[in-house]
Amino acid sequence: MKDNIKIPYFPGCTLKTTAKNFEISAIEAGKKIGIEMVEMPKWNCCGVVSSLTSDDLMKHVAPVRNFVHAEEMSEKGTVNDSRMLILCSMCFNTMKNTNRRVKNNAEDMKSINDFMYLEKDYEGKVEVVHYFELLKEIGFDKIAEKVTKSLKDMKIAPYYGCMLLRPKEIGIDNAEAPAIIEDFITSVGAEPVNWDAKGRCCGSYHTVNNKDIVVNLAKGIIENAHRSGADAIITSCPLCAFNLDNRQKLIMEKDPNFKTMPVFYFTQLLALALGLEEKFIGLEDHYIDPKELLKNKNLI
Amino acid sequence: MPKKIKLTDKGAEFLKQIEKLSGETITMCDQCGTCSGGCPFVEEMDITPSQIMRKTMLGQMDVLDSKTMWICASCFTCTVRCPRILDVSKVSEALRQTKLRQAIDNIDIKDISKEDAEELPSIAVVSAFRKFTS
Repeated sequence: MKDNIKIPYFPGCTLKTTAKNFEISAIEAGKKIGIEMVEMPKWNCCGVVSSLTSDDLMKHVAPVRNFVHAEEMSEKGTVNDSRMLILCSMCFNTMKNTNRRVKNNAEDMKSINDFMYLEKDYEGKVEVVHYFELLKEIGFDKIAEKVTKSLKDMKIAPYYGCMLLRPKEIGIDNAEAPAIIEDFITSVGAEPVNWDAKGRCCGSYHTVNNKDIVVNLAKGIIENAHRSGADAIITSCPLCAFNLDNRQKLIMEKDPNFKTMPVFYFTQLLALALGLEEKFIGLEDHYIDPKELLKNKNLI
Repeated sequence: MPKKIKLTDKGAEFLKQIEKLSGETITMCDQCGTCSGGCPFVEEMDITPSQIMRKTMLGQMDVLDSKTMWICASCFTCTVRCPRILDVSKVSEALRQTKLRQAIDNIDIKDISKEDAEELPSIAVVSAFRKFTS
């Protein structure tokens, strides 16, 4: 295995806007554990959700265009790993879905390449990899060795949501009984709680025009986390983070007795455990302030 | 005597179209209800996911008037659990697309307040418009 993974990094739109703390913590934590994230010089929105119809090839063009740019990076030698690293669960799912489709279907690949005739053809050399998968590859035992500030008093609810687990061909772990986030939590010294809502949908894009659905689902998920004894929830999806964190405002309006809970990106906890400065963890960007919890646990 | 259900010509054409769009053999559905039992959105729906399978199978085009297909957010819970390895989320998408391709949108950008637009993550807005507009 390479000592230092130098890999094309696809940020996606939201890591540059509402999830900047996700990006900065991932980049800085990565440096401590041998991941050098090289942001792609050219990238575009992946489309967020996959087209699920057989004929709607148009929606697969955006991901393929990104793969072309990742292949160019490998050809130029600016990276030593030809895969594409993604943090956002939705981008990960969409990009991996398209990649599978065009790699398994020569006709679709040709149609899209013909459509993008001004660019180089996609040769199908890119694999999509999620940050969690890289951590597993490096070894959670190795990560644990680098931890300087163990999160030993923290009980964390691992929230997979939908896009890291389903469909099975896309998921990074067993769709019904995953363990990768639990292993991550253990590696940073914290305790993963066992709970029912780890793969339950947060309501996704209904947060735009049907907030009640999200309020009901998010409330159920957070209450479940409380019942399991968790101090906080971690996620790798900026939409889940918004629905679980920011929507607590609406949940409180609906139920004044609702008990809030901080929601972190998993990379924030990784950065914290690796002893990084607070400016690389981004604790200001939360709706439910997590600082009190971290102070109580003597972590900041 | 077994009773045979015969689809109308229009109904049979509808079933064929949804099967083609979704890539799923909808008539394989056994109506076991696993999809409805595990669906996190089922309480918000007017008819259950297994009912949209049944109605589509029978060529009942009024399935397009139900709000179920719009509530389905493609979380793929049913997809990973179906014992017949059918993908109900693809059927939902095919039903949505059947409506959207008649240029009938299910969201209006004017309904999003300025405050919401500033606060919402871009992935929320992009995905909602991808799912709800043609």
